[in-house]
Formats: sequence, structure tokens, C-alpha cells
Amino acid sequence: MKTLVPANVLETDRIRADFPIFTREVRPGVSLVYLDSTATTQKPNQVIDAMDAFYRRSNANIHRGIHMLAEEATQNYEEARVKVASFIGSPSPRQIIFTRNTTESINLVAFSWGRSNLNPGDTVILTEMEHHSNLVPWHILAAEKKLRLEFIPIDQNGILDLEIYQQLLTRNPKLVAFTHMSNVLGTINPAAEITHLAHAAGAIVLLDGAQSVPHFPVDVAALEIDFLAFSGHKMCGPTGIGVLYGRKELLDSMPPFLGGGDMIKRVELRSFTPNAIPYKFEAGTPAIAEAIGLGAAVDYLQDIGLQSIAAHEHMIISYALERLEEIPGVTIYGPKADQKGGVASFTLDGVHAHDIAQILDREGVAVRAGHHCAMPLHDRLQLTATARASFYLYNSVEEVDRLVNAIYKVKEVFRC
Amino acid sequence: MAGNDEETYTMDDMYRELIIDRYQNPLYRGVLEPNDITFEDSNPLCGDEIRIDLRVDETGNVTEAVFSGHGCAISQASADLLIESILGKSVEEVKELKKQDVLDILGIELGPVRLKCALLSLKVLKAGVYGLGEADDDLVET
Repeated sequence: MKTLVPANVLETDRIRADFPIFTREVRPGVSLVYLDSTATTQKPNQVIDAMDAFYRRSNANIHRGIHMLAEEATQNYEEARVKVASFIGSPSPRQIIFTRNTTESINLVAFSWGRSNLNPGDTVILTEMEHHSNLVPWHILAAEKKLRLEFIPIDQNGILDLEIYQQLLTRNPKLVAFTHMSNVLGTINPAAEITHLAHAAGAIVLLDGAQSVPHFPVDVAALEIDFLAFSGHKMCGPTGIGVLYGRKELLDSMPPFLGGGDMIKRVELRSFTPNAIPYKFEAGTPAIAEAIGLGAAVDYLQDIGLQSIAAHEHMIISYALERLEEIPGVTIYGPKADQKGGVASFTLDGVHAHDIAQILDREGVAVRAGHHCAMPLHDRLQLTATARASFYLYNSVEEVDRLVNAIYKVKEVFRC
Repeated sequence: MAGNDEETYTMDDMYRELIIDRYQNPLYRGVLEPNDITFEDSNPLCGDEIRIDLRVDETGNVTEAVFSGHGCAISQASADLLIESILGKSVEEVKELKKQDVLDILGIELGPVRLKCALLSLKVLKAGVYGLGEADDDLVET
């Protein structure tokens, strides 16, 4: 039976007009179907223009400077912090630390909070579906501090096993660090429940929001999480800017991460006094234009509305899963549409993921192929690589059809 | 699609008959135990793995050669074709093999990402014949 083509929730034509990249052709006569937003999203004019305007009109280093441009730059930079704080429900902008990306945010927690709060024999709970960015910082710290790392397993549908999680909690873990949404399976984890149970067991919670904050409403106060890490470039913002939100008492008590300018109150030849938060964690000249770009991205997403974006993606992923399941030889990984975001990772019998991606590219369809920085998850699924199509606010159901047609081209080339 | 479009031509060429054939029906897939030279390595970006086993006679010529492992069509077909090309050659000749030799055998042009797939087998082979502990990208730089 032919799947009924649903209507797009968002006006994708109008949204796509904001993104100059969609006016280009991948190669002559082939328009771009960009299905790799989980890796990085495209950027709207609003973000590009905000950064452009900063460099053309207001560029100066922030803080301390007593001249017009320095004041404008400082104001723009700090306004971006206020926007981000309101976007995720942070009680104060001072709890928003600008980093380079999610990875740096998690490393900041590992090396600042972790080094001063974790001791030999302490347990840290992670999950089997983590991105390398929420594994390797803990591997490094575990080796240094002789920590015990435990992992919440996934079931065959890519859902975390919360019963085993509850057993792991009896080990009195100091920290539970997990992804809000898997970048491979698309699974949306029950962050509030996991956090509640962790707190009841006396553990601190770090949420990797790289794939959730851009796609659906995330409120740190409602979730009661202690740390949230996410990246600007996965939410229509530029690369080079990320965010760490932290609970105030934790941030106040943590030692600095990187040392240098701006993170100090006073420096003497042999000692220093750290600055207050957030500056304590922002050593050196930060990514000023990028922070401003992120602020513009937040405005852009809020104008459209995170609820609408989530509804749009849910419609697309539901349709995409139905269409992909129709193709003989295709296996899709992860839960059904009602438990996941806009990510479809799949394999095709007899064809390596790289070859799928290569032939899809000929049709103008950009997907990612490989282990998507989640090698342990691929080992768990006994796979070396998957192809991954991911969707965002600018994707349409018509593009799902282009993806499916292109997969049939792959089957033609590989005679399968 | 028009064959005179250069981009399209390159793409079609990448999956030309020979490569799909050798990927689906390799001629030199297997393992040699015992062997005189064996080496294996992987491409961390895509998880492709190649192991190559050789038997060499007393005059230093490759008498038997096979590969095993898994990966994309480009990596597996290039391994199969590379093995075919070295049978009967001396180890000294194998040491002299270059990137272009593999591309000539494949008969295609590749961008930087897929080049790693195509050259994995050469990297493994050269690390093996040079008796190195670790395969280095420098082995296939030229």
C-alpha cells in the first residue's frame, strides 16, 4: 500500500528562502537535499547577517575596553548570553558559559567539577548510546582518578533499560551523564525521569543536549538538571560556539578550566584570584561574532517556535520511516517515530554505508555515513557503519521522496 | 545521464562494472596460514578493515597473496585488484608501489575522503613488506 504523503507542518518554502545555501546546486542541474543536520545545520541569513554586521560595524574586543566599539561588542556579546539563558530556562545569564562546542562543555565539567569532586573508586554512569564527546572525557578522567564507569544498556529498539539503570544507581554514583537524544538512533531519552532517579540516589546530572536543544523545547529548570551542554552550529548558529549551563552553586564552587585573560579578578606574579561566573570559565578572547550569531539563531528558532519545529520533524520522520521500511533490504535502527527525533540511521543489505552515501550524493542527497562518533553503539549493534539521514525545520516531505528514490538508484548500481 | 558531463562521468566511473564485480565476487579473498608476511589495519573514519597475507619464495617473489576484512566497494575492490597486480612480483617491486599505481588499477579518480578507502590496502601491503609495526599514511603519500 502506498504511504499517504502528509502535508508539511512548517511552511518549508518560506523557511528555505532564509537559507542562501539552498539556492545553490550540488552540481549542474542537481539541487541540494541536505539531510545531514545532525552533523551540522545550515545557516539562515539572519545569523550570517548578524555576524557580518558585527564585523562590519562593531568589531572590538569585549569587556575592559572604554570606547564605543568595545562597548557595543560587549553589549552584543552579553545580549547573546541573555538570549541563550532565556531559551533554555536558565534562572540567570551568569549560568551560561560560552565554550567552543558541546565537546568542550563536557570536558569543562569533567576537568573542573570532575577533578575536584571525584575520587578513586567513585562511579560515573553513562549510556551505551553516547557520542564520543560524552565518553572520552570520562575515559581520560577515569584513568587519572581510578573511577568506575557504568553504562545503561539499550534494548533491541534502542531504548535505555531503566531497570538496569536503577540497579546501577545502588552503587551510589557521583554523576549520571547522558544524551538527551541519540545522534544515531534518534532515541529521545526520558531526561526528567533519569534526572529524578539520579538525584534521589545522590548523583549530579549532566545532559548532552547537542541533539535536543536545537529540535524541541528544553527547560533546565523544569528538568532540574545540573549541567547542560550543547553546540551553536547544530541549531542554525555558527561553528566555534557552544554552551555549558550549570547550576549556580556548582559553577561557583568549581575551579577554573583554562587559565588566562578575562577569567581572573586579580593576578600576582605567583598567584591569581579567579573571576566570578561565567567569566571564570571564559579564558582568553572568546568567539565574539559566533556568540552574536548564536544569539541570532536563538531569535530565529524562537520566532518559528520550538514546538512547531518538533511537530514538523515528527511528521517528517514518521513519513521517512514508513517510506524507508518499504525498500527491500533496508534496516532502520532505533525506536519508532513516537520515541525519536528526526534521525533515520539505516543499512542496505550488500552495500556499505559509504557507497550508499556516495551514490546518494550523485542524486544531490547529502547524508552521513560511518559510525557517527558512536563506535561503542555501533559495536553494540554489531555494525561497522550506518548511513544516516537527519531532518530539520527546512526539510520537506518531498525531500524524503528524493531520498527514497536515490536509495533505489543505489540498489540499481549494486544490482540488489 | 550524459556521459560527457565530467562530474557525472567520474561518479559513474567510480562504480563501474569492474569495481562492483570485484566487490561482490572477489578473486583473492581469504587467509593464508602459515604465511611469510601478514599485516592488517583499519580506517578509523569508516571502520574499513583489511588484512593481507603473503607467501614469498626463496628468490623473494610473491607466490601467493590474499586479503580479508570488510568495508566499502572501493576499499574491497581495490584490495582484490591490488593483490592480483602483485602476484609474481618481487617484494622489492612491491615496496616501490605508489598511490598512482592503485588509482591506475582502479581506473577512477577519487576525492580525498574516498582516496583513504582506495589506499587502505596499499598501506597495509607496504607496512607488511617493510616489516613495520604500524601502518603510516606516509606509505601511500606518493
